[in-house]
Amino acid sequence: MKGWQKILLIGLGVSLFLAVFLSPFASPWPDGLERVAEKAGFIKLAEGKVVLTSPIPDYLFPGVKNESLATALAGLIGTLITFLAVYGVGKLISRRKRS
Amino acid sequence: MVSAGGLAYAFYKVKEEVSEEKVPLLGVLAAFIFAAQMLNFPVIGGTSGHLIGGLLAAVLLGPWAGSIVITSVLIIQALIFQDGGVTALGANIFNMAIVGSIGAYYIYHFFLKVLGEKGFFVSVALAAWASVFLASSACAFELALSGTIPLNVVLPSMVGIHALIGIGEALITTAVVSLVKVTRPDLITTLRGEVG
Repeated sequence: MKGWQKILLIGLGVSLFLAVFLSPFASPWPDGLERVAEKAGFIKLAEGKVVLTSPIPDYLFPGVKNESLATALAGLIGTLITFLAVYGVGKLISRRKRS
Repeated sequence: MVSAGGLAYAFYKVKEEVSEEKVPLLGVLAAFIFAAQMLNFPVIGGTSGHLIGGLLAAVLLGPWAGSIVITSVLIIQALIFQDGGVTALGANIFNMAIVGSIGAYYIYHFFLKVLGEKGFFVSVALAAWASVFLASSACAFELALSGTIPLNVVLPSMVGIHALIGIGEALITTAVVSLVKVTRPDLITTLRGEVG
């Protein structure tokens, strides 16, 4: 059991470090798909139509003026939510298996 | 639709892979992949790329649990960060969780069989590269099928840029896998410790 706690601490620590301290330095350039969409002119299709409003759109925590801080906060929250959500799903799966 | 079917099967199969003590690893790896996907690295000419993590998840968790981790990350990105979009979620899950994780796992498996245990890192790197290459091809086909853009325009540009981004995927995946192999070799899914 101890081994798993170590993985948890180190893994979460590394993930949070990446999401909080490195994400503000990520390349602002469009990624592969966005680039192709821009060049071919279909990026417009992905803009303007908001089906669902998201709490933290574009990885910027709303209401925070400093963009690096807004990105870091989004990274912090996203990493924790992802961990908790998948941990919860995993628990459900493994519990279903036992019963 | 295909994604939903694939996922239902993954949920069915995943019970064989996920023992209770593996649950923390599932969460940690999902958190790591979420964080890593935020870190765009510059590729060429004003274009960036980032890790998908499909093969990484599959090598450390098995293909079924791996695909569920990638799917979870995609759902969180769409719902909370407006990234990828809710309407494109099905296609994204197909491209990255099914093709990029389950598909890539079998490519890894194939190379491992051909090259043997000595070719472990080569297999990881090749399959990681292939996961990006195939996911981007799938995306190009979907864009063409939906009538957004002709295939002869979209396929070369998507595949061209993602062939480069795939090198980043291969480097990061191999680096993380080698770190895990040094510290916790028991976590790595190989031919001997087969789960799939």
